[in-house]
Amino acid sequence: MNIPAIEDTEQDPSRQELLSFHVGLQEYSIDIISVREIRSWTEATPLPHAPPYVRGVINLRGTVLPIIDLAKRLAIPAGEKTDRNVIVVVQSGDNTVGLLVDAVSDIFTVSDSELQAPPDMSSDGSLKCVRALTIYEDRMLRVLDLAAVLPQPDSEAA
Amino acid sequence: MSLSILAVDDSRTIRDMLRLALTQAGFEATTAEDGVDGLETLKDMSEQPDAIITDINMPRMDGFGFIDAVRAQDTYQAIPILVLSTESADELKSRARTAGATGWIVKPFDPSKLIRALNMVAGKGAA
Amino acid sequence: MADIDPMAEIRASFFIECEELLESLQDGLTAMDDGDFDSETINVCFRAVHSIKGGAGAFGLEALVRFAHRFETVMDEIRNGRLEPTRDTISLFFRGADVLFDLVRASRDDESLDDATVELILVDLEALVGARLAEEEAEEAEGADFTPMSLSLDPIDGDDHSGFALMDLDAPLDDPAIPPTSSAPAGFKIAFHPAAELFASGNEPRHMLAALRDFGEPHITCDLSNLPDLTGLVPEQGVVGWHITLETSARKEEIAEVFEFVDGLCELSIEATGSAPALPDLESIDLENIVIPGPRPDDDTPPQDATPEPAPATPPSASSPPAPAKSKDKSTGSAKATVRVDLDRIERLVNLVGELVINQAMLSQSITEAGVPTNSAVGSGLEEFLQLTRDIQESVMMIRAQPVKSLFQRMSRIIRESSAMVGKSVRFVTEGEQTEIDKTVLERLADPLTHMVRNAVDHGLENTDGRLAAGKSADGIVTLTAAHKSGRVVLEVKDDGSGINRERVKQIAEDKGLIPPGVQMQDQEIDNLLFLPGFSTATEVSDLSGRGVGMDVVRSAIQALGGRVTITSEPGSGTTFSISLPLTLAVLDGMVVETGGETLVVPLGSIAETLTLTAADIEQLGADTTLVRIREEFVPILDLAVELGFRTPLEGYEGRSVLLITSEDNSRTALVVDRIVEQRQVVIKGLQESYGRVAGIAAATILGNGRIALILDPTDLIASAGSSGPHSAQPFAIAG
Repeated sequence: MNIPAIEDTEQDPSRQELLSFHVGLQEYSIDIISVREIRSWTEATPLPHAPPYVRGVINLRGTVLPIIDLAKRLAIPAGEKTDRNVIVVVQSGDNTVGLLVDAVSDIFTVSDSELQAPPDMSSDGSLKCVRALTIYEDRMLRVLDLAAVLPQPDSEAA
Repeated sequence: MSLSILAVDDSRTIRDMLRLALTQAGFEATTAEDGVDGLETLKDMSEQPDAIITDINMPRMDGFGFIDAVRAQDTYQAIPILVLSTESADELKSRARTAGATGWIVKPFDPSKLIRALNMVAGKGAA
Repeated sequence: MADIDPMAEIRASFFIECEELLESLQDGLTAMDDGDFDSETINVCFRAVHSIKGGAGAFGLEALVRFAHRFETVMDEIRNGRLEPTRDTISLFFRGADVLFDLVRASRDDESLDDATVELILVDLEALVGARLAEEEAEEAEGADFTPMSLSLDPIDGDDHSGFALMDLDAPLDDPAIPPTSSAPAGFKIAFHPAAELFASGNEPRHMLAALRDFGEPHITCDLSNLPDLTGLVPEQGVVGWHITLETSARKEEIAEVFEFVDGLCELSIEATGSAPALPDLESIDLENIVIPGPRPDDDTPPQDATPEPAPATPPSASSPPAPAKSKDKSTGSAKATVRVDLDRIERLVNLVGELVINQAMLSQSITEAGVPTNSAVGSGLEEFLQLTRDIQESVMMIRAQPVKSLFQRMSRIIRESSAMVGKSVRFVTEGEQTEIDKTVLERLADPLTHMVRNAVDHGLENTDGRLAAGKSADGIVTLTAAHKSGRVVLEVKDDGSGINRERVKQIAEDKGLIPPGVQMQDQEIDNLLFLPGFSTATEVSDLSGRGVGMDVVRSAIQALGGRVTITSEPGSGTTFSISLPLTLAVLDGMVVETGGETLVVPLGSIAETLTLTAADIEQLGADTTLVRIREEFVPILDLAVELGFRTPLEGYEGRSVLLITSEDNSRTALVVDRIVEQRQVVIKGLQESYGRVAGIAAATILGNGRIALILDPTDLIASAGSSGPHSAQPFAIAG
């Protein structure tokens, strides 16, 4: 269930394809190249002593996949739990994790010039997960920095 | 035309090397891992090999026993047999000859020498 | 196939063969050590060393050849009965085998070895055979060519007579062959009269005469002077001879080589003619047009005075491109055919079968939930499926299984080295060498086992005087056994020493503050003190075992493999360390439990016993500590669900289940869970790779319902509960 059409963006390096999804009332997106698959929500097995945004682990065809609750990670109120809740399986480096989001909305293409840097609000720690902002169909979309979303051992030790 | 050679040695490494040297020279190589295996292989071959190369020190049946057994059968008396051994030359010569061998090659063998020797005993280009 | 260097392949396979040969050498030496001097036993040892030398020579591994050669020479003396195989000799052979092992490894990895050790053994070996060896080696140096063979992919012969290899034998005959040089043409006069025996040896004069064409232009005259009248002619009686004149720049030795095999089977003279062979004037030779005229002695051509005759149409194979190589290897058909497979592929297969097992369990569960009766066709089909799955799993595990023999042989070396170091005489006995264990488990056993074996020699056995005083044989015995017992492998390291000095052990533990002074302890408990971290230190161990590794490390290593280690000791008659291991690292015998709404797996190996709590068992101690009385002992209760943060402590614990866990420090903990579900094998899934280390959790597994369950690491859980501080989770500790 890989997402196709990566080639298009490869031809024009200044353009990238993004997958957008809802987290609470906000809309976020990530580079589609890092998306491995999208699957429906299954209950995760909780991990002891894990940070609150780690929902636990699920069985992804025989491998153990950690699930990050994106709303908790970004410290925003989550939406109602519905059957549209999905897990976006993403890969960053050697790391594969599932991002729990409310619902997937769109796949769209932007060029670098359409991206703007987020305001420097160093007081809000969750903002470091956002690497750019853009406007799509008149909505503000936040582009996530995946590496920052996935907690690093040093910065995130409980 | 290519010569068909039966090579008998208990060391897999030496068998591999012999096979490589022989096939690179365009020969057809069949290998066996000791005297008993060598005799069985010889019987199984649809056509007699043009020459046999054999090690001396092998389990089950050693090279001398193998040569004896080969020479004991009328049909195999004319097959040239080269002994492949680490023994020093003089000793090897007499032992090999007593056993009924045609010639000898000292291990580790020089492939070109081996091929020359095979050509010499089996007849290069001869039918 | 073209990009694989065949020599590199053979080289790799040579080192694998070496390992096998070293193993049979060890076997043979062990048999000799046990008094078996059967000629075949000695021969096996000899052949092993001999084959290593043979292969090593082919790859130019000089250090290996040199050592193997001397080793082999000494063994040959034994083989020929010229040397008596004494205890000392065999012990030297063992050390020689060790050096050989090291040399093989070093050669394989292109490393150099400490020359001193090698030299020492070489000198000892030489001393055994003394002058005979020196003599022989001098001879070797003269005659034998131990030059590394270089097997190149170039056409064979090309380097030796390159000028001639290019000759085109099909070219017109009337072209003069070699341009006249200033002096008379160099060459040889050869007289060759085969004796009757020559023909019996399988040699054929015409092949030899043909071979001379490689060197130049032979003019062959048949010498029929010995010919009796034709009626009495028996062709193979060696009455025909030949005189050959050969124009060549080849050296006499090269010519003589043609007749090497018939030396003594003929009358042969080779005399140089003309001027000494000079290097051909390269500019004056048109290599393209060189032709060798010359008759080809043939059966149907009565050899007469050299009349030029058409050269044979067949070019020498030397200059022809190698024909498409055909190769049959009959030897693969014999008894122990093997295939080399990349371990990664097996790993993948093991994982897939693990999936299959899980899937099958999930399917069974949903079929049961669907209410399908077990005696239906579906039910019995499922039963067969279950059986098949288990068989497949077992077979797959067997692929990675290897006999413990190689490990035991390594231990034999440890024994030799450590006994020499502490000056004790030790007999090493092994049993069950063919017992198979997963290769990965086997590899990780080497270190703990090494330590245990050293311990046995160092601490377990008395010194010779002590043994004699105790009425024992002078030689201490260390026994290493392996056996399969109810789905596990049990290894035992046993010594026949004086047993654990419990008083002393207890004293040391008290002195080090590991236990409070004056506590009453049972023998078993005292023995287990040996496993306490910090028990063994350099002050009470000899220089041998005191390497900063105590039995606590051994125990952890065994536990990391899902194993247990226990001690039994009998004063005066010895100590036995027993290791019980799962057959493979991929599966684990576990107790599936439910607590705080979660399902977890507790390794069966860590559970001493299970019980259900009654109100009478439970005692309160202070504010926070609940104790459970197990027979005469009070054990603190640890609520697993609370410990893992799944819920807050309960009001009462009656009716809950307890898993009694014995920790490394011998303390016991009653782990409370809501319910014990079942006991089953689970497939281990790493958690660390995908998430990071979690305190108290060893790994994960997938249950029949498809959900992940965590596998507990009870020792770690209890240790971190004891520290009672905030638990430091380290998520995503991704190894680089």
